Amino acid sequence: MNNYDNELQQLIDMYKEGNVKNVFGDRFANIVINGDKVIGINEIQGINIVARKIEDGVSIKINIEDNVTINNPVHLCFGMTPREGKQIIESQFVIGRNADVQFLSHCIFPNAEHIEHIMKSKVHLHQGARMQYREEHYHSESGGIFVKPELKAFLNENSSLIEEFKLLKGRAGNVDIKYSTTQNKKSNCQLLAKISGKKDDKIKINERINLNGEYASGISKSRIVLVDNAEGIINSKVIARKAYTRGHVDCEEIVGGNDVVASSIPQIKVMNPLAKVTHEASIGRIDKKKLETLMARGLEEEKAIDMIISGLMK
Amino acid sequence: MLLKIKDLSFFKGKKEILKDINLSVDQNTIHTIIGVNGTGKTTLASIIMGLEGYEVKKGSLIFNNEDITQLSITERAKRGITLGWQIPANFEGISIHDYLNINKNKLSPEKCLEFVGLRPQSYLNRLVNQELSGGERKKVELASILAMNPKLAVLDEPDSGIDINSLKYIKRSLTELKKRGATILIISHNEFIADFSDKISLLCGGRIVKEGKNRVVLDYFKNHCVSCDHIGIIKEEEL
Ligand SMILES: Nc1ncnc2c1ncn2[C@@H]1O[C@H](COP(=O)(O)OP(=O)(O)O)[C@@H](O)[C@H]1O
Ligand SMILES: [Mg+2]
Repeated sequence: MNNYDNELQQLIDMYKEGNVKNVFGDRFANIVINGDKVIGINEIQGINIVARKIEDGVSIKINIEDNVTINNPVHLCFGMTPREGKQIIESQFVIGRNADVQFLSHCIFPNAEHIEHIMKSKVHLHQGARMQYREEHYHSESGGIFVKPELKAFLNENSSLIEEFKLLKGRAGNVDIKYSTTQNKKSNCQLLAKISGKKDDKIKINERINLNGEYASGISKSRIVLVDNAEGIINSKVIARKAYTRGHVDCEEIVGGNDVVASSIPQIKVMNPLAKVTHEASIGRIDKKKLETLMARGLEEEKAIDMIISGLMK
Repeated sequence: MLLKIKDLSFFKGKKEILKDINLSVDQNTIHTIIGVNGTGKTTLASIIMGLEGYEVKKGSLIFNNEDITQLSITERAKRGITLGWQIPANFEGISIHDYLNINKNKLSPEKCLEFVGLRPQSYLNRLVNQELSGGERKKVELASILAMNPKLAVLDEPDSGIDINSLKYIKRSLTELKKRGATILIISHNEFIADFSDKISLLCGGRIVKEGKNRVVLDYFKNHCVSCDHIGIIKEEEL
């Protein structure tokens, strides 16, 4: 499905070895950063990327011009080679009127033993703008990583934002997600996070969706899988201030093993009688019927669990 | 004979749901179970598959001359038994393709979808989740049974929620299963499936009260079971 799987594997190997290069060439708009060094930037028509070094990191500004549709995803490569250290990425995204863009951010920490990765993002979507931001993490197996993604998004009329966070490889370590949106009329957001934790991993998801304009809508959907003595906390809230707003909070934590700690606090607040906000939350073992269905097709229990969980994390 | 259920009684708590069931399902036949709602049909299907909470304490299940009463679901599935749920489960993030490809190298996902009347191009990449309609999900369930190429397919109301124009796909799938050597134990009240069956057993109040060749038992059910004194839930004049 992806036409950049090769580049991605190359990239992971390069972050491991320390000789990070821009593997995407000029096929995609991209920026590649190793630690606090900007390795390369590629701009294409309609997109402007500026980066500058700050203490322990890089500050990035990305602008998409009005009415531009960027056909291929813009690749953002973050990460660092050393085993210890800190990386701060401060980014600002401004998406022009009716522009349409997808970002794919690869956060690669293959050697992490004691790493802090802090992302502070501000997103401003102008009227009718559409932005998708997929953040995919590749960690080491040590668990010695502290990931702190923060997002503050402002959505103007008719704009839409899809934000997705996934851990694709390695241990979560300590993940502390804080996302919030402030939304005008008819804007829509989807905040999705899917993370699995084992051993002493700690996963925190904290989301706020502020529906401040009529017909604004938003979904906060979180999926956490926990085993061993991992901890998971979901604290997500939708606040509907205006008429005809729609919101939904959906938290699911799957737990295996006797020492996990899972909590989930979905909150909804409605300040207008014509708004409609719902929530659902569950914490528990894998659904018995799903498991039995796959077993009745011939899978061993373990394999059935793997299939259900990898589906959930997709 | 492929499956023999011997002297099976089943309790949920203190409630006796199945009473002294004796049932023989012959090799490579379509055997239909009928009976009013709540009479124990789904319970019987769950016991045959060995689902959790349906462990047998009294009676036994013999499959292919082997006592399978104590076997796990997977062990039964590996011997060729499978179950199509009355209300199938949904899976987040699992595509129809992957759901139909659990048993690799048997019947291809494309072929299975064609049998149940779903266009592979439109469905293979969709997810087995709540975005499928009830009827579509039932067709996918039947497709997944075909994909498994089972020896014994237990199908719990595969026709419920299916539009009448699509019943032909159920028939086609059953024919295909039978052609491939499968034995089908099917729970259904559909006349056209009944006509198509080799044998019908009528379950009433947790007992098998009548058995015979196709239409006869179904007609008996239609004419007698409304005022049936086995459980006597509805009187004829109340209808
Ligand atoms: N978990 C349970 N606990 C108690 N009673 C149950 C349980 N599951 C089913 N039953 C009861 O067992 C009877 C048979 O149910 P079921 O096998 O689902 O019927 P059918 O499929 O024939 O409609 C019903 O009266 C039902 O209420
Ligand atoms: Mg039933």
